[in-house]
Amino acid sequence: MTAGRATATFIVLALLLPVSLVLAVMVGAVPISPLDVLAALGGGGDPVAGVIIRELRGPRVLAAALVGGALGSAGALLQGLFRNPLADPYVTGTSAGAALGAVGVIALGGALSATVVPLAAFLGALVSALVVWQLARLGGRTTVLTVLLAGVVMTSFAGALVTLLLVSSDRLALRLRAIIDILSGGVAVRAPGELAVAAAIVALGLGLAVALGRRIDAFVFGEETAATLGVDPEHTTIAVIGASALLTGAAVALAGLVGFVGLVVPHALRPFVGATHRRLVLACFIGGASALVLADLGARIVLAPAEVPVGVITGLVGAPFFLVLLVRAGRRSTV
Amino acid sequence: MTELVAQGLVAGYGARRVLTGIDLELRAGVLSALVGPNGAGKSTLLRALAGLHRPTAGSVRLDGRAVGAIPRRELAGRIAVVPQSFDTLFPFTVREIVSLGRSARLPLFARPTASDARAVERALDDLALGALADRKMDALSGGERQRAVLAMALAQEGDVLLLDEPTVHLDPGHQRSTVLLVRELARARGLVLLTVLHDLNLAALADRIVALVDGAVAADGPPAAVLAAEPVERIFGPGLRVAVIDGQPVVIPDARMS
Repeated sequence: MTAGRATATFIVLALLLPVSLVLAVMVGAVPISPLDVLAALGGGGDPVAGVIIRELRGPRVLAAALVGGALGSAGALLQGLFRNPLADPYVTGTSAGAALGAVGVIALGGALSATVVPLAAFLGALVSALVVWQLARLGGRTTVLTVLLAGVVMTSFAGALVTLLLVSSDRLALRLRAIIDILSGGVAVRAPGELAVAAAIVALGLGLAVALGRRIDAFVFGEETAATLGVDPEHTTIAVIGASALLTGAAVALAGLVGFVGLVVPHALRPFVGATHRRLVLACFIGGASALVLADLGARIVLAPAEVPVGVITGLVGAPFFLVLLVRAGRRSTV
Repeated sequence: MTELVAQGLVAGYGARRVLTGIDLELRAGVLSALVGPNGAGKSTLLRALAGLHRPTAGSVRLDGRAVGAIPRRELAGRIAVVPQSFDTLFPFTVREIVSLGRSARLPLFARPTASDARAVERALDDLALGALADRKMDALSGGERQRAVLAMALAQEGDVLLLDEPTVHLDPGHQRSTVLLVRELARARGLVLLTVLHDLNLAALADRIVALVDGAVAADGPPAAVLAAEPVERIFGPGLRVAVIDGQPVVIPDARMS
């Protein structure tokens, strides 16, 4: 990939993100002018607009950006690691595991503290990703198909456990809204500080992902070639799964099951920034952030004053995209 | 001089023994071709020599050290393996692929050094890939992609090069040029070079042929000695005819019904 084209893409992405953020803050039941948005950022301007921005739209828009960025870069990690164009946190069951963790602490746990839900989601994501990885290589060789099948198994299993939790929990009535947010994919910041905790987890995951980028490149011809290139396949896989679980866990804690962002964003950006993962992961973070901010904006206005969960929007866009990739993968007979 | 030596090498998968006791000395400057019927253990031997497969008995030693005891990153600077597949799935450029040969020398956060860049440029030059360096792999022909993967192995700057059927996706002209190229690399650079080959007529271009049957060495010697009527029938069974054209052994399937 020519460096010029990649640089130009990064500049476009870096401009698109603040534009999306400001746009998403402006639009809503009470429209706010761009000048008022900028004034409120400086602490001044119209007081009502300031409250709406600081208390309502601001946290939500920032959460959407974090979620999109985290899912986009996690998708790039998983596609590279498994050499699988169809992999992303949702398809591989990592999101379902994270949702199980999050719903588990919400349904059974005590107070909804800011740290507990993201950490439980991270643990759920980590365990399910490790299980899926082991399931996928049961036959001795990981293929596109075994990863997807293991993901399906994990998603069904985690889904069944979530249902079990829901019917057995006596706290359900109190916490229904939070659980519905998680299962349907809606960006919500429930507890003060949750955004900061999720941001810290995402920063950790992204740092790890960027550091591992070059190691993931070495998987391009498979695990054995990675080994002969001097990259330990087992250690690298576990580290990448850890990074992906950090990113997915934080995303699910904030927005629940939002599908296909991790699938679509890497495919959309690879032609512009190239396949090397250090660059791709960063580009997917910035690009995924803009994409989900805009999708969440769409979710708020498409049936206004009612809101649709953002997972509905990404599902409607992502599912046909997934089918196109599936047909292409079948043609390449990599499945 | 580098030496890669297998002694009493036994290896397998679970209870199945694939290699039943291999003694093999590979020396620098020589291209050896590893041939044999399907399932004879060629790939397993290659993997054991590369330190990818742990022997159940016997040893593989690189200059006297057991390869299994050499840390993976250090070993990557000694032994390079050219994979059979060179389908990249994602749009990597040729230079990016060749740069993977430097993976072992780069700590997590380090940037490639001048010597990394030199090794990559040299490998690109060696395989005449300079003009293609910034092209994407999926835009290249099979022969060009194969050269890129070979350049990746050269960029490791090791002294042992192992190839697993490098010619399998190539047309006859590129098959020949690939084998001649690696033979020249072995001779000019003093590399230990072993390649698995299915086509005996390509193996005839090597300096030495090692033939495996049922996990043991059935013949080992110069092409003229191994590709003679008796050893060929013993190794591959009946149905092959052996001829010599201008001193070069040739093996063809026998068209006569027997």
